[in-house]
Amino acid sequence: MCLAVPAEVVEILQNDVAFIDVGGLRKKINLSLVEGVQTGDFVLVHAGFAIEIIDEEEARKTMELFEELACLDEIR
Amino acid sequence: MKYVDEFRLPGTARSLVRKIRELGTGATFMEVCGTHTMAISKAGLGPMLSPQVELISGPGCPVCVTSDMDIDTAVAVAHMPGVILATFGDMVKVPGSHGSLSDASAEGATVKVVYSPLEALDLARSESDSEVVFLGIGFETTAPVVAATILEARKRELRNFFVLSFHKLVPPALRALAATEDFSVDGFILPGHVSAVIGSRAYSFLPSEFGIPCVVAGFEATDILQSVFRLMQALTARPSVAIEYSRVVRPEGNQKALSVMYEVFEPVDAEWRGLFRLPASGLGLKEEYREYDAGAWPVEIPPATGDKGCRCGEVLCGKIKPSLCGLFGGACTPDNPVGPCMVSTEGTCASYFLYSYDEVD
Repeated sequence: MCLAVPAEVVEILQNDVAFIDVGGLRKKINLSLVEGVQTGDFVLVHAGFAIEIIDEEEARKTMELFEELACLDEIR
Repeated sequence: MKYVDEFRLPGTARSLVRKIRELGTGATFMEVCGTHTMAISKAGLGPMLSPQVELISGPGCPVCVTSDMDIDTAVAVAHMPGVILATFGDMVKVPGSHGSLSDASAEGATVKVVYSPLEALDLARSESDSEVVFLGIGFETTAPVVAATILEARKRELRNFFVLSFHKLVPPALRALAATEDFSVDGFILPGHVSAVIGSRAYSFLPSEFGIPCVVAGFEATDILQSVFRLMQALTARPSVAIEYSRVVRPEGNQKALSVMYEVFEPVDAEWRGLFRLPASGLGLKEEYREYDAGAWPVEIPPATGDKGCRCGEVLCGKIKPSLCGLFGGACTPDNPVGPCMVSTEGTCASYFLYSYDEVD
């Protein structure tokens, strides 16, 4: 339940609203729990909110894992 | 992507397993996060490390530690006229003493599954004749998100949005476990995303007061193996709280998320399945936010029915493995669960049922 998904912030709007990109999918999230997020940062997203900024290199790695898991799920 | 490939090579995992085995025998470590439990089971780390290291699960699944009494309260609130109860999907099938929210829905209550509490807020706006209650279950990862949603409700001047808060705090549960007389765990694998919020310093009492070393771990097999390896090394050193998941977790945590959480919530006594009532281990709404508190509503809860024979409480404290429960795999399966540890996708019983080797005939 404490699962959090890493994703890139692609656009920051007003009122702590931002768009992220998760495997090609554009999704709206809330930034009010994290200080100083910038476009291009990777954040950990939990229940529609960014809860921490993460290192881009590390984020790419986790995304690959998620894509891999998604492929496995497809096979099943 | 070099870093990725290096990190994910099976050879890295193999060599970590070999190193761990070389370091000795007989250590028992407890992972305190349902997502870790699932990652360990999926990767088959248990048999790989046995008998040198035994991994046991602790009270790390928020749905699982929620008491029957709290589930019964949620069911009673869902049955109130004009109420729409919104919550995370994990919670819906967990049975209390008088059925689950899913059963309540079948009986006519309106129960909605949401991915984010903000969706419940949108629901309150579109269903202005109803009272929308968000059932808040979760640890410090989730509580700031719910707190931020309440602040948003105030900003939008929504009068029909409420929260039933059964949020829980991880450190008080670990303190209670560590203080148990027969507790014999040699180290804790600490939850990565709870720690992203509260920071690694929040656990400093575990090494200093109880002499138990801890590592905050990430969620991949190599993360967990590295954490186990560091715990093995820590057995012969001065105990401390180390951070393996350093790409996300800082010693001081996320101060902004903590300040939002404590703007809205304050520590209250809470009932934990398996650990009973622990002082200041849950989060309730502060006086200034009582207008959003569905926990203050008068509800009638029928008295609990008899013992179902479920041993989730002992599983959650690491006292028994799921296979020792008489219901496991027979009367209790993910399709027909008796206890919460079999319902939740992160429950220890569900993970053993789905991925374990010798526990199921």
